[in-house]
Amino acid sequence: MEPIHYDHILVRYGELSTKGKNRKDFIKKLTDNIRASLSAYDKLTYERTFDRLYIHLHGTEPEEICAILKEIFGLSSFSLCLKIRSGLDAMVETGYQVAMERGQGTFKVETRRHDKKFPMVSDQINRAVATKILKESEMKVDVHHPDLRIGIEVREEFTYVMADTVKGAGGYPVGMGGKALLMLSGGIDSPVAGYLTMKRGVEIECIHYASPPYTSSSAQKKVLDLAGIISKYQGSIKVHIIPFTDLQLAIYKHCDESYAITIMRRMMYRIAERVAQKYKCLAIVNGESIGQVASQTLESMQTINHVIDMPVIRPVVTYDKLEIIDVARRINTYETSILPFEDCCTIFTPKNPVTKPHPEKAEKMEAGWDFEALIDECIEKMETVVVTPATPQEDDLF
Amino acid sequence: MLPDNAIYFDNASTTPVHPEVRKLVNSLLETSFANSESLYDEGMEISRLMEKSRTQIASLLKVQPHEIIFTSGASEANNMAIKGAAFAAMGRKNHLITTKVEHSSVANAMRQLEEVFGFDVTWLDVDERGVVRLDQLEQALSEKTALVSIMAVNNEVGSVMPLEAIKKIVRKNSHALLHIDCVQALKRIDLDLSQVDLASFSAHKIEGLKGSGFLMKKQHVNLVPIISGGQQEQGLRGGTANSIADIALAKTLRLALEEQTQYRMVTRQLNRRMREGLAQLPEIEINSPDDGVSAILNFSCKTIPSEVMMNALNSRNICVSAQSTCSSKSKTPSHVLKAMGMSDKRALSSIRCSFSSRNTPEEVDRFLRELKEILHKYGTHSL
Repeated sequence: MEPIHYDHILVRYGELSTKGKNRKDFIKKLTDNIRASLSAYDKLTYERTFDRLYIHLHGTEPEEICAILKEIFGLSSFSLCLKIRSGLDAMVETGYQVAMERGQGTFKVETRRHDKKFPMVSDQINRAVATKILKESEMKVDVHHPDLRIGIEVREEFTYVMADTVKGAGGYPVGMGGKALLMLSGGIDSPVAGYLTMKRGVEIECIHYASPPYTSSSAQKKVLDLAGIISKYQGSIKVHIIPFTDLQLAIYKHCDESYAITIMRRMMYRIAERVAQKYKCLAIVNGESIGQVASQTLESMQTINHVIDMPVIRPVVTYDKLEIIDVARRINTYETSILPFEDCCTIFTPKNPVTKPHPEKAEKMEAGWDFEALIDECIEKMETVVVTPATPQEDDLF
Repeated sequence: MLPDNAIYFDNASTTPVHPEVRKLVNSLLETSFANSESLYDEGMEISRLMEKSRTQIASLLKVQPHEIIFTSGASEANNMAIKGAAFAAMGRKNHLITTKVEHSSVANAMRQLEEVFGFDVTWLDVDERGVVRLDQLEQALSEKTALVSIMAVNNEVGSVMPLEAIKKIVRKNSHALLHIDCVQALKRIDLDLSQVDLASFSAHKIEGLKGSGFLMKKQHVNLVPIISGGQQEQGLRGGTANSIADIALAKTLRLALEEQTQYRMVTRQLNRRMREGLAQLPEIEINSPDDGVSAILNFSCKTIPSEVMMNALNSRNICVSAQSTCSSKSKTPSHVLKAMGMSDKRALSSIRCSFSSRNTPEEVDRFLRELKEILHKYGTHSL
């Protein structure tokens, strides 16, 4: 039997359905995001109705499109569809073909008759289609928990036949919730934190602290690769790279070794807040998780957080490491995160970092030298890179 | 691409392709695609050019044409020689000898024969100059010894092994085959392959193509092939010949040998200039022996580990190597420097500069300036 050539995809909106008067904006943002994610497929056309979006394929293979749609936040589910002329024979034949794509397990036919002039009622259509499937295959009917739901929507001239419903990523369309600045280190946790933030509709920009020559250009490349992997959830991501070496050396010169990481994190927060303000980000996001390392105890968080006023969001703060790794694997950042390039935290690791730092002590150590000037310099020399899922520069090489 | 102001001091890793070799390869790519084993004119023409290349290589090295086996490079040639000879001797002789400072393609082939196939391997020590201990060699040899494999020039520090003495000792004390890894020797020292049974060579270290090299195998040597296949290369290496690379190898080798006098003169000057500059820096300790090849100069820096130094040099567009690409997770000190008796710390902070005749004294001067700056800026912290 010929494989089915689905001609469009029906997209159902997500959680936003409940959001009253903001609804229009939500839908617009979602459809904009979908179009942006699919911009490489130029044959697609879009049709928006009150509660759905139709993506017409015009010959584009649906597999890749489905893979991308699964990753778009704010989308509750979608289905591959066929548009046929309204008529019982065509419905039965097409319904049967859809079932044969699966070929086994249980099914249910769900007909909705928008055109009430159609000579058969929904239940009669259900039975006609199911009869053919039951007669010519091993599949069984299960009206409560079917493996496959075949949807049939009868309209005046055309009928839509839908294969199974694919669950979307849920959440809110990215960009609905404003913008935040993610501290992206190159480890396992921060990309996960970024992903979870985007899931709630918040757009992110990233800040990364580089300490050449103590950190290598490969380490920086890795961070950009990570940003590239999570950029697919919002189309592209800005990464602000802070040259951190001079400030870091100064910390080691002026502060106790045991407080070096605490002070370093305080400096990072200060810089992040300045950069966030500059780019209109409303919060700082990072991958901190309670107790994971010395700088992530509640005492440390308090002493470090102390230096800024902006809200700090820590999406994985209560996650176990293994839970974070699960998400990292699911979003494909894990393999990149564990590449062994040093970041500015791993290279300057003191032997005995303090786990319960005091804000007053930290302030004392920061008092004797002009770190503000060094922070100014960091921000002045900051470089910004825009990363997209595939940054195609060498296409003609391969 | 290297930026215009880049300094390339990594010629022991690889070299840019010689302009004349590049010209030849480009024209061959356009005209000569046929399989050298095919029995029509185009194929036979390729085969003829390959054999001409083989003959010229043989004559440059003063061996017979059928003693040249084209390979994908020196790693393959080393494996072919060592495993091939060991397998051929299996059951009769089960002892192999090598040194502690060999390239990984020799060391790991030996290790595999030791661990998987049950051979006894003697790993010879080197002295503080990186030169193999001849007394140990003499003691280790026996009638059970199937093969001795020793490099001609060490790739990390440039020490030169006493080839003539090695030949004599091996001949006098055993019937073992002698294999020499000659990769770093071409152009840098005079090579006499008489009394040598097997020798490995690479094209890309002498301005030729990557994926190209050969094994010199004397007629009397019997090897078991490790790549089984068709009739190519006397059945020792199955697979359609990389004919263009094989053809280009003759010109590559001829140019290298023609330029070697000038090459040695230039690299000697660069080496001397560099050593004089480094002598001014108290943080620097030279690891290369005074009597090594002038193209390779290895040193350690007391205040900066290799990786940080490499990053700093890289950001100034200076290309050098450390002993290995170490990572934060597995810092393994250079096995060569360790074998020469140096501390872990010194072996973890080494930098290898390797020159070619295309380098200039001005580049050495700029290198020294940049190095001084790096030492000043990042060297005060003992990490």
